[in-house]
Amino acid sequence: MNATRPAPNTFANQNACAILIVGAGPAGLSAALAAAPSGRSIVVLDDNPAPGGQVWRHGAGAAPPGPLQQLQEALARYPHVRMRCGTRVVAAHSSHALLLESADSAWVQGFEQLILCTGARELLLPFPGWTLHGVTGAGGLQALIKSGLPVRGQRIVIAGSGPLLLAAAASAAQAGAQVLRVAEQSSWGQVAAFGAGLLRWPGKLMQAATLLPPAYRCDSYVLAAQGEASLQSVQLRQGAHTVQLDCERLAAGFGLVPSVELGRLLGCATRRSAQGGLALQVDAEQTTSVPHIFAAGECTGAGGAELSMAEGHIAGLAAIGQAATAAHMHARRRWQDFASRVDTHFALRPELSSLAQADTLLCRCEDVAYGSVAACKNWNDAKLHQRCGMGACQGRICGAAAQILFGWDAPSPRPPLSPARVSTLSLAGDDNGALQ
Amino acid sequence: MDAEAIVIGAGIVGAACAYELCQRGLQVLVVDDGPGGATHAGMGHLVVMDDNPAELALSSASLAIWRDWLARMDSSCGYSHCGTLWITADEEEMQAAAEKHKRLQAAGIGCTLIDADALAKLEPALRRGLAGALQVASDGVVYAPNAARWLLGQDGPQGPGSQGGHDANLVKSAGSIRVLRAQVRTLEDGRVCLADGSTRSAPHIVLAAGLRAAALCPELPLQAKKGHLAISARYPSMVRHQLVELGYVKSAHERSGTSVAFNVQPRPTGQLLIGSSRQFDTTDNAIEVPILARMLRRASHYLPGLDALQIIRSWTGFRAASPDGLPLIGPHPQRPGLWLALGHEGLGVTTATGTAHLIAAGICASASALEGSAYLPARCLPSL
Amino acid sequence: MNIAQTVVHFQLNGQAAQVAAGTSIAAALYLCGDGVARHSVSGQARAPVCGMGVCQECRVLVNGYSQLACQTLCAPGMVVETGAAA
Repeated sequence: MNATRPAPNTFANQNACAILIVGAGPAGLSAALAAAPSGRSIVVLDDNPAPGGQVWRHGAGAAPPGPLQQLQEALARYPHVRMRCGTRVVAAHSSHALLLESADSAWVQGFEQLILCTGARELLLPFPGWTLHGVTGAGGLQALIKSGLPVRGQRIVIAGSGPLLLAAAASAAQAGAQVLRVAEQSSWGQVAAFGAGLLRWPGKLMQAATLLPPAYRCDSYVLAAQGEASLQSVQLRQGAHTVQLDCERLAAGFGLVPSVELGRLLGCATRRSAQGGLALQVDAEQTTSVPHIFAAGECTGAGGAELSMAEGHIAGLAAIGQAATAAHMHARRRWQDFASRVDTHFALRPELSSLAQADTLLCRCEDVAYGSVAACKNWNDAKLHQRCGMGACQGRICGAAAQILFGWDAPSPRPPLSPARVSTLSLAGDDNGALQ
Repeated sequence: MDAEAIVIGAGIVGAACAYELCQRGLQVLVVDDGPGGATHAGMGHLVVMDDNPAELALSSASLAIWRDWLARMDSSCGYSHCGTLWITADEEEMQAAAEKHKRLQAAGIGCTLIDADALAKLEPALRRGLAGALQVASDGVVYAPNAARWLLGQDGPQGPGSQGGHDANLVKSAGSIRVLRAQVRTLEDGRVCLADGSTRSAPHIVLAAGLRAAALCPELPLQAKKGHLAISARYPSMVRHQLVELGYVKSAHERSGTSVAFNVQPRPTGQLLIGSSRQFDTTDNAIEVPILARMLRRASHYLPGLDALQIIRSWTGFRAASPDGLPLIGPHPQRPGLWLALGHEGLGVTTATGTAHLIAAGICASASALEGSAYLPARCLPSL
Repeated sequence: MNIAQTVVHFQLNGQAAQVAAGTSIAAALYLCGDGVARHSVSGQARAPVCGMGVCQECRVLVNGYSQLACQTLCAPGMVVETGAAA
């Protein structure tokens, strides 16, 4: 790389808006639409190239999912709602301003109210071979397929936990892959109970019925991914048996972890989620412990697109000083119940914490083995003495795994919230960009 | 007696003291409550500093001991013999570098004055228009948290080491180090009282707990100096030496205010560790983004290519500064049996070895190769 | 215009490449190559894993700057380089 290339265009001008919304998924877009009629200036940020978050990700060739299209068309009528995609939050510049970075720019964005809709990410757990080329997350595979990943004719095993496995399998099948197996770690009894309970949410029941592939098995989890330079086969536990399947891809995801780093950095209180990790704590008005900061969607606890939309709507109203209606509260309650059912029936079995062997990598960024980390007393010990969590993902992947494997909590986040250019961080001076 | 010496603090200074005492045949108990202090936060530079003769003597003697110890340490200690380039921006700084050159040479530290062209060849990433540098090839970098751990794991020539717990049956023939994870609540003559109510006694107690020693010894004249650091993604061939602006010395010895100075270190991983900053007015360990920004702008001023590089992490730490900028090494003038090994400010890793040597010589009542009067605590603590 | 019919011409590791508009660099790595984005600290080949900008495994150079392939769409004239060290 040419070390003397000038940095991308960075300027210290303060953009300011009334309501800044971080995340353009179901929660963020719903919040924007709820707040838009107030006429106040609204900016919505997202680090992906287009709005929709994870669940409404759509490829260029495909039409956006119905709910996304509706929201976007509705928002298009409000010129004072601006979308900034491909943009990440790097740091807090002050209590009412964030330092932002995009591929070719960086700036400070001021706001009066902030709505955090930072979503959730997939829980990836280590098992032998999980770092082989050909192994991805389950939601990860779906996201990649939607952005053009070719899988036609490839044999794919999908493993892990939760309804997301079905969505991933459907995307893969639609793209022409051969889904050999969907291995759900939860038991048949739990999944049947979950299915039976879906009568309360007929839409979800229909969704499940249409997505359920013939290759779906419960009581099944991955033991190892095998191959030399890349994935060649997967070994699965199947009830009392072990099964080996030759395949090109393994998509393994074990549920969702709320993305709370930005909220924590801003001082928002968290609560313990059902899975044992952290979620942003909010009250009935979706207000965090910081008065001008609201939060909605999966960052407050994973629960699906419908819940995110309900919460986002309430947060958007709260940000403009309006109370939610009883109907809104009812919708949120209804989908919270659905979320609880997912939590209950897809809880992770203890065997998943013992899949890794001593030489299985735990920290992918720094190639730190599970055995080295397991010998440490706590997260800090593992980080300082073994380099676990010192890499580019800043401990997000290995930290979420360590929470399940060892019960270690992630430490308080520090800026930058993701790897950021020196030129971006240099913007944040008290003299607002003047060169020393 | 629970040990022949108790060391409070398992950071680099405490670990070095424990190691040195153990090598001399003492049974040492190290007590530490875990969170870690400056050792875990600092740059780990091994650098000769010569702002005054006492600092020069201590740092140069210490580096000689470090070279001996490093030869035995394993690769996890991350030692890099990269040397330091003291960068001069103009003729005035070049003159100061020439004087530094004279002082270091007189002290037996090999160093070379290099001009702008030679500097550009050694470090092509530095901006044009600098005057040159003073190269000190014997300087280096070590990963202090792992060096401390290594030191604590080294037992004497005979005898096993055991971890934790109260062992009433000490075999009195071989040096050993035991590490007890516990918090020291109070210090009394000849013993420490732990948070769980138990006590440990020893004829010699070494207080090497940095700023946190104030909880045990409120009379210690230490001031916290906050520093920020940032580490980049991997750019292995960008910088080869530790780079420090000569003005670092000005910033390092200020007694108030906030200042930044250019200091970049190539880590064995290929990452660049970027410093440095100093602040007096706070004990809040939160990152202050404006200070980080100032520090990075200073660094980019010397390394223009830095602007395009990615920072992965940043953190803060607190240096323990004494009133005259020299550490407190030696007996506490008022408390018999208590030895102080703290106040090392930004040179704790460098001078840990020399500190250990002085402490061990004091405790064992043996001759010291290093003249220790300049560091005696009695100079800034009232005597009996 | 049907956006899927637009073709984006760009460079991948010094070779001319083309994908349908709206294709991410992550997908393009497979469409136009072997899918490998970079190598880990111990030399293992790595490719996109989480698909959403969290795991950082898909770091590539885009016009000289480090970007995440899964969150970056291929753009006309873009210069993409893979295989950077960890």
